[in-house]
Amino acid sequence: MEGQLAHIGAGLAGLGTGLAALGVGNVAANYLAGALRNPSAAASQTATLFIGIAFAEALGIFSFLVALLLMFAV
Amino acid sequence: MASEAHGAEEGGLTFHPMDQFQLESFFGDGPIGMFTITNATVWMALAIVCVVAMMVFGSSRRAIVPSRAQSVAELAYGFIYKMVEDVAGKDAVKFFPYIMTLFMFIVFANFLGLIPMSFTTTSHFAVTVVLALLVFVTVTVVGFVKNGASFLALFWVSSAPLALRPVLAVIEIISYFVRPVSHSIRLAGNVMAGHAVIKVFAAFAAALVVNEIPTAVGAIVTPLSILGITALYALEVLVAFIQAYVFAILTCVYLRDALHPSH
Amino acid sequence: MATDTSAAGHAADAAAAPGMPQLDFSNWGNQIFWLLVTLVVIYFVLSRIALPRIAAVLAERQGTITNDIAAAEQLKAKAAEAEEAYNLALANARTEAQRIVAETKAEIQADLDAATAQADAEIAAKTAESEKAIGEIRAGALESIREVATDTAQEIVTALGGKADADAVKAAVQARMKG
Repeated sequence: MEGQLAHIGAGLAGLGTGLAALGVGNVAANYLAGALRNPSAAASQTATLFIGIAFAEALGIFSFLVALLLMFAV
Repeated sequence: MASEAHGAEEGGLTFHPMDQFQLESFFGDGPIGMFTITNATVWMALAIVCVVAMMVFGSSRRAIVPSRAQSVAELAYGFIYKMVEDVAGKDAVKFFPYIMTLFMFIVFANFLGLIPMSFTTTSHFAVTVVLALLVFVTVTVVGFVKNGASFLALFWVSSAPLALRPVLAVIEIISYFVRPVSHSIRLAGNVMAGHAVIKVFAAFAAALVVNEIPTAVGAIVTPLSILGITALYALEVLVAFIQAYVFAILTCVYLRDALHPSH
Repeated sequence: MATDTSAAGHAADAAAAPGMPQLDFSNWGNQIFWLLVTLVVIYFVLSRIALPRIAAVLAERQGTITNDIAAAEQLKAKAAEAEEAYNLALANARTEAQRIVAETKAEIQADLDAATAQADAEIAAKTAESEKAIGEIRAGALESIREVATDTAQEIVTALGGKADADAVKAAVQARMKG
């Protein structure tokens, strides 16, 4: 029973990774919109884009980690 | 599930998504001690071989008009050098060999891990946590050596209202100490998740030849799985590079904080 | 399958084969040791051999490019100089040629004039000579005509049955010829 609950928790934590995907998509979409408005400034901001994606993804990875811990370590 | 980790069977399909990360003695079956040569050791050594082949042998001719191998080495050099200069600032250039080391190791470990049947060293938290802690310790030490106590200004947001500053300071300190966690889990998590999902698809790809599954179902599932493996593999190639890049660029960002905490 | 996860998981942990090999802390020491070895090796290879070498190559290339551009500039200046010199030489040659042409023309003109004058003189001399000869011939011819006319007149007169008076005939012919 406890194990089953852990698996349910892992599934719920897995939702977090999907939500992080929304965040990453948001970053990329806004970058693209800005890049299309001002293409000359786009190249200089790719590093910022990746930093933004990395930070948005970090929280999704935390939920992924939680899911893994629930699946395998608890 | 863990009791069946070595061959969890469901309806005739065998899933081994995590077996590929199993650390084993490379010579014989002995227990893994501190200095045992394991499959991880071998693939790390191969990463060294690749780095040496690319950066040392590639540039060995010192040609003014570069050959293809030399162009690649110069491209990698220019790519990371420019990133360090742009993101971390001109005075961070003395850390360039260090960041180059991290980037080259991660990128080759990731790409070598994409070879079927290989072992992905960067999928282990032991590896990425050490990499991230090295960055964290370096950044903290450099920050205090360079700026002394004024490095703590990084946590004291002087642009915020005074009442909010203690609260923000707590948040900043927490986020500062979470950095190595996210830094390491990001790399290992991405690599591990991608490889595990490929393995799951690989297990489904056997549907056509498993007796318990009707051939009609297998005829649909198997091609779809193979398509999925191909698509995921392409994604993983992208991820292998992007995660190495993100690791290096975040190192640069942290280094900039250490060198110019007030910014 | 999941009912005994927790217990089995811990059991597997002990057996060094857990569900997630990453969380098997018994082999972290090994991995960390070899990772540090790897990083140190890569760091020394890069910082001692590869990076200085590539930096040197890039600097050398930059230097070569700068030198080449400078050399190209120099060569361009040289070419411009050469073109100027060429144009100058061309202009000089042209004036020289014109001078020579004019000189030669004048020389030829002088020669021609001299030759013409000489030819004119020769022609004049020849003409005078010819005129003299014609005059002589003409005088001779007149004399001959007179003689022939006198003879013919005497003969005609004789033939007509008259007695030709030689002096009269001569005078008549003389008179006629003057007319």
